[in-house]
Amino acid sequence: MSHVTSAVRTPLVTGGKTYADVTEDISRQVEGKPTRAWTIAFTISVIVLIYGAACVFWTWWEGLGVWGLNKTVGWAWDITNFVWWVGIGHAGTLISAILLLFRQKWRTAVNRAAEAMTIFAVICAASFILMHMGRPWLALWALPLPNTFGSLWVNFKSPLVWDVFAISTYFTVSLVFWYMGLLPDLATIRDRARSKVSRYIYGAFSLGWNGSAKTWARYEYMSLILAGLSTPLVLSVHTIVSFDFATSVIPGWHTTIFPPYFVAGAIFSGFAMVQNLMLIIRVVFKLEDYITLEHIESMNKVITLTGSIVGVAYLTEFFIAWYSGVEYESYAFINRATGPYWWAYWAMMTCNVISPQLFWSRTIRRSIVWTFTLSVVVNIGMWFERFVIIVTSLHRDYLPSSWAMFHPTLFDISDYIFSFGLFFTLFLLFSKFLPVVNMAEVKTVIKSSSEKLPASVSGVAKGERVANPAFNKSVE
Amino acid sequence: MSDVNGNGKFLVGIYDDDDVVLKAVKDVKTAGVRIHEVYSPFPIHGLDVALGHPRTRLGIAAFLFGLSGTTTALLLTAYTESFDWPMIVGGKDSYSPIVYVPIIFELTVLFCALGMVGTFLVSNGLGPTVKPLMYDLRTTDNKFAMTIDLSKNTIGEGDIEQILRKSGAAEVNIKQF
Repeated sequence: MSHVTSAVRTPLVTGGKTYADVTEDISRQVEGKPTRAWTIAFTISVIVLIYGAACVFWTWWEGLGVWGLNKTVGWAWDITNFVWWVGIGHAGTLISAILLLFRQKWRTAVNRAAEAMTIFAVICAASFILMHMGRPWLALWALPLPNTFGSLWVNFKSPLVWDVFAISTYFTVSLVFWYMGLLPDLATIRDRARSKVSRYIYGAFSLGWNGSAKTWARYEYMSLILAGLSTPLVLSVHTIVSFDFATSVIPGWHTTIFPPYFVAGAIFSGFAMVQNLMLIIRVVFKLEDYITLEHIESMNKVITLTGSIVGVAYLTEFFIAWYSGVEYESYAFINRATGPYWWAYWAMMTCNVISPQLFWSRTIRRSIVWTFTLSVVVNIGMWFERFVIIVTSLHRDYLPSSWAMFHPTLFDISDYIFSFGLFFTLFLLFSKFLPVVNMAEVKTVIKSSSEKLPASVSGVAKGERVANPAFNKSVE
Repeated sequence: MSDVNGNGKFLVGIYDDDDVVLKAVKDVKTAGVRIHEVYSPFPIHGLDVALGHPRTRLGIAAFLFGLSGTTTALLLTAYTESFDWPMIVGGKDSYSPIVYVPIIFELTVLFCALGMVGTFLVSNGLGPTVKPLMYDLRTTDNKFAMTIDLSKNTIGEGDIEQILRKSGAAEVNIKQF
């Protein structure tokens, strides 16, 4: 039978929801008028976006001289922000692809929003690539186009070109995966739509989906292959991002540990961002029965695991720097911890290594306030990690006469703020016009959860669903 | 486009539960009725097998598209780096396939994913201008519909309705396209 029920496992969906309840609860926010909270949040995001866009425009108009870069520190906040956003973008694919392959059913409630977050985070990351080019209208030179644009092809041996391929493939495949997942739910909204306009729009985007057994069979098969493709893809993306650094000869960058260490850090920060978004969504959209404490606890466990991997990587790096006997390498690491940027290093160590260890306590792991706070802390820490790797490795050149410091200007800061405006504007649009929880997938896990449990937990008496098939009758 | 052949009269049995409809498929088939299709709001494992649908060949398409991506990447890097404008960078030969592994991998994944999704859409007849053939609007919400094409069955309409009801259908409706 398709529904394996565990007598001990707590339900994935609480409150004894029926199929009709799922449709109703999730579609409500799509069909209704925007709430006050949404309108306020959206207005603030758009204002931030407009301010940020003006600053980005000025960055391009004046040139990159408006940033605090100098000839020693030629990469700073731009690449820090880029790596930070790409990292955040890793959680969505981990949830939708890797957890699908591992048959972790709790992913069904969070995968939609996490994938949306992935797509928007990658857009934010890409905006920093365009920004740091200085002349964004020449961005197409990064593509392998015939050499009428100059004398040469792109250098396929460069990790920066690999990055172009990796990020654009990742973005495309994530977008397609996300959109395919949306089809059944768009059809649900189409069939419930009252107004002609929304029936037309959701109808067009649902591509004529009708949920026949044949379509579902192919759909499931396609999802499995897409998950199988996305799993190595997501690992490749941050691996290649780490190659941007690891293939250079800068002490502190030239390390073979970078790929796994970057991937773990990416998942770490991505899950923290998913936690922040989910904790807000479940309250604002009243989805506490779908995104339960179990979900939050599971994600906190992933945060603890990946945070610990990151911690081990920091220590390994430090050890190897000493053990290698290379004086430049040793100096780079001692300088990180005790040099002029010591505060960034210790902020990183505290936020990323110590704070996730608090989740070993079940009380903290299941506390909403703790989870939200620590998730913010983790993302601050992960931003500092990239800042430490990039700026402290660069600011001490081989020639002491070239030593310099990096001081951010208003435009460094404002261009970072721009990405927040962009991210939250996109995310709020998504949360209003598309179902934030995958209805079709949640309907598949309802049964595996609500039965055989005391009615006080599941909201359904033992065996009621089996004895009475009419349980799934529509709600009034 | 297997199920978009509608210009006939259909009996639509509406079920309330996925387990009931899965069992009903077997019962109805045993009773000698040819089932046209089952529509559900979410995938039901084993339903396509019970209905006797052939196994999807989407995997073959995915493999071939992936292969075309690999080939494209190999040809692109070989042509640009060895023939059109040979270049030695970082002391590596102008054609050094190991360095192109990221490019080859990414293009394989890209072609495979896009090709497979395209094949999926085409084989199911899905597209932005397609008007869905809905036998019952509630099948995208909480109901499961088993459709019987009367022109493909020799058993009488009344008898089929009895068989559907016996198998657990809550309602039996007539749908004409």
